[in-house]
Amino acid sequence: MENTDLTIPLPEFNELNQPYWDSLKQGHLSFQHCTCCSHNWLPPRSECPHCLEDKWTWQAASGRAKLISWVVYHMAYHPAFAQRLPYAVAVVALEEGVRLISNVIGVDDFESLKIDQALQLVIEVEQGLAIPRFKPV
Amino acid sequence: MRGHTVIAGIGNTAFGKLPGRSTLSMNVEAIRKALADAGIEKDMVDGLFVKFPTSKFEMMYGQKLAETIGIVPRIGGVWDQGGASNISMMGYAAMAIEAGQCEVAVVCLADNPATGTRQAYEKAWGDDSIYGWFGTPAGYGMIARRHMGEYGTTSDQLGAIAVACRKHGAANPHAQLRKPLSLEQYRESRMIVAPLRRDDCCLVSDGAAAVVLMSAQRAKSLGVAKPVPILGFGQGQTSWEVALRHDLTTTAAEKSAHTAFKMAGLTPKDIDVAQIYDCFTIAALMTLEAYGFCPKGQGGKFVEGGRIELGGELPINTAGGLLSETGMPGLQLVLEGVRQMRAEALSQVKGARTCAISNQGGIMHTHSTLILGQD
Repeated sequence: MENTDLTIPLPEFNELNQPYWDSLKQGHLSFQHCTCCSHNWLPPRSECPHCLEDKWTWQAASGRAKLISWVVYHMAYHPAFAQRLPYAVAVVALEEGVRLISNVIGVDDFESLKIDQALQLVIEVEQGLAIPRFKPV
Repeated sequence: MRGHTVIAGIGNTAFGKLPGRSTLSMNVEAIRKALADAGIEKDMVDGLFVKFPTSKFEMMYGQKLAETIGIVPRIGGVWDQGGASNISMMGYAAMAIEAGQCEVAVVCLADNPATGTRQAYEKAWGDDSIYGWFGTPAGYGMIARRHMGEYGTTSDQLGAIAVACRKHGAANPHAQLRKPLSLEQYRESRMIVAPLRRDDCCLVSDGAAAVVLMSAQRAKSLGVAKPVPILGFGQGQTSWEVALRHDLTTTAAEKSAHTAFKMAGLTPKDIDVAQIYDCFTIAALMTLEAYGFCPKGQGGKFVEGGRIELGGELPINTAGGLLSETGMPGLQLVLEGVRQMRAEALSQVKGARTCAISNQGGIMHTHSTLILGQD
């Protein structure tokens, strides 16, 4: 059956990731910080992927980041994104060392972007969800 | 282990759209043909290594297949590394034969994503779907863009790989896509997820393939007509998701090739023909670098000017690869390697004595390497 759902597919909220989404609502992009080995990471995990311990805290990112790579969608894999074409999805590295998938916004020509260029966090609210995106500095 | 194990037989179904065929049925046909090619009866098979159908996970599929072909193997089951599985399983089968765990092994794969279910391909990318992050091409596109940024690799250079594979596929009457592609046509090809165009992406295909493995000694005593020795094999696991990988342009294909070349006692310069996993053009380009056929970052220049086409310095994917022969995840490349080593390929590289073959899975998450050769 053809998917005609025009709402973006929302994350599955659980005990582990709820603080991540809650902190975005309060204006912060947070990552997990290991209190044993000081490793920082996303997406949420119950153990540190470096030392495998389970002692960690949430920390707020500065919002300064760089562009590792990006792609530009010219076809929609989900009907909710058909109206947004073309749009850019990027791998972004926060200055705290954490990498994540996000969108690059505020760009007229995606081909003008450069790898490793500086980005700044922008939090946008959509369907009641605070979503971290990035724009060139 | 160099040369201890041989590929004694190969078999496959037609490639393309095979509506109504179950994966079990396709596997049976490929195995039947591989056994006939080796000239042995099914009762001799005591190892059955199966890649589960990519498009649909089925529990205990290896045992279902053993029952379907009416054998009770001593060793076997299903292995999952995506497209790297086939060569990895051939390595395990060779080690099992060497260790006395089995004597004759079948490694096989069947899949029907073209006309059957695409269940396993349709997985969402988890919570990242809020960004519109969907589909396999995007993952490879992310790697391609980084490679372009770091090394100046161009879209035309990716296109040169598509042009070469399509040229070879056009000469293969069994290929699913027999339409040659010019660089001009490539440039006009529809963007899917930039920087990747439609013609950077492999086919979606139904079909099955199988190989029969045994010791060189056993093949000799059985009088196997055209055994092809396995000189080396290896694996490497990059594992991390694209977003979390520290270096997008380095993969464990390097380790995989190093292990295989070391076992074979060969270097990339000794290779006459290669079958390089080309699910996306960038995958083939980076594998050529990782294997040492050219320096890292020089893959773009290496593939230009017909170097990887028949008659060039290193012809690759001489039956068309995933871009043209069939989108099957990997075993067709082994079959073409065997035909090259038997000197019976349709696009034969004259005098070829060595062939390097790559398999990989996921978004370059897994990798395996096979080196075949005639001493």
